[in-house]
Amino acid sequence: MKRIKRRYLALQLDSDGLHSRKQFMEAVWGAVTKLHGEHGASLTSLALIDYDSERKMAVLRTSLATLDLVRASLALIKSVAGSEAAVHVTAVSGTIKALHKKTQ
Amino acid sequence: MSGSGVAAVKRVFTDLHFCLNVKDAAAALRMVNKAATLGYGLVAVPFATEARVDEVAGLRAVCGEAGVDFASRVDLRPRTQNELMRQVRRLRRKFEVVCVSCENKAVARQAAKDRRVDLLSFPLLDFRRRFFDRAEAELASNSFAALEVDVKPLLVLEGPRRIRLLSSLRREVAIAKKFHVPVVISSGVSKELLLRKPREMAALAFLFGLDEISGLEAVSQSANLIVERNREKLSSGFVAPGIRVVKEGKNC
Repeated sequence: MKRIKRRYLALQLDSDGLHSRKQFMEAVWGAVTKLHGEHGASLTSLALIDYDSERKMAVLRTSLATLDLVRASLALIKSVAGSEAAVHVTAVSGTIKALHKKTQ
Repeated sequence: MSGSGVAAVKRVFTDLHFCLNVKDAAAALRMVNKAATLGYGLVAVPFATEARVDEVAGLRAVCGEAGVDFASRVDLRPRTQNELMRQVRRLRRKFEVVCVSCENKAVARQAAKDRRVDLLSFPLLDFRRRFFDRAEAELASNSFAALEVDVKPLLVLEGPRRIRLLSSLRREVAIAKKFHVPVVISSGVSKELLLRKPREMAALAFLFGLDEISGLEAVSQSANLIVERNREKLSSGFVAPGIRVVKEGKNC
């Protein structure tokens, strides 16, 4: 069986207020399903690896095949839990270790 | 320098439709700082056709403070071909980037033919008035005009309207690729939180059929080329494309 290649995305949340892990993931899933539908979203294997609400940083995991799709969806996020926000991708890497090196 | 001896050339990312409030210097500085943080090296700010020289100079200074290169832009909305010709004749030498919003077919065709026009833009929500077809693309490819795509409506619209817009953009971008018409992706936003990184703009371009490399070119080389070409034309030594005054005086 072919191994599924993954990519880890370091994200920076740009907003005024503080948001919980759940609110953040709801915004991400909302954007992905709105743009690509439930079938498209199911192909992404999205998972939140790490979330720091104080620093407004997150690490998201997705499959390599749907990386473009996820990046486009993240760019379309305009609000999190009703307040205006933007999500910027600061780094993309194949391993969490390399991702941390890139973001340091 | 890399091991192969070839230096990697760093891209300069450009936003050719960076909307700023000319009258509010503090807000303008905030926006320009944000653009610099997001990785833009050059922004083109649209001005009214009657913009004063000091307004342009003021914004140039603001951008200089933030370390971002600045280009002036004018958006023309003529109703007839003659009006377009008159406006272009009057304003071409005042602004570094000239964009024509094509409200009807005659204007669209004339704008695509005219070498003085840099960017062609079409109404975003009136899909019947998006005149970028094969004929338009053929004219544009001969005159070096580029197709401008603003990402603002993609961010703001939702549902069927965004679906129709994406469908139109996909068709137009395919035509532009076929006729080698450059595509320029710009933001068109005036709010900080709607600004996106250049790579995010390229990611959005994926939605209407541009791959990663083409998407990045649309926010860098394609846009930079327009500004560079016009700066050369507006420089004092320019005579004609490929000919410039190198030295003048009696001892030449």
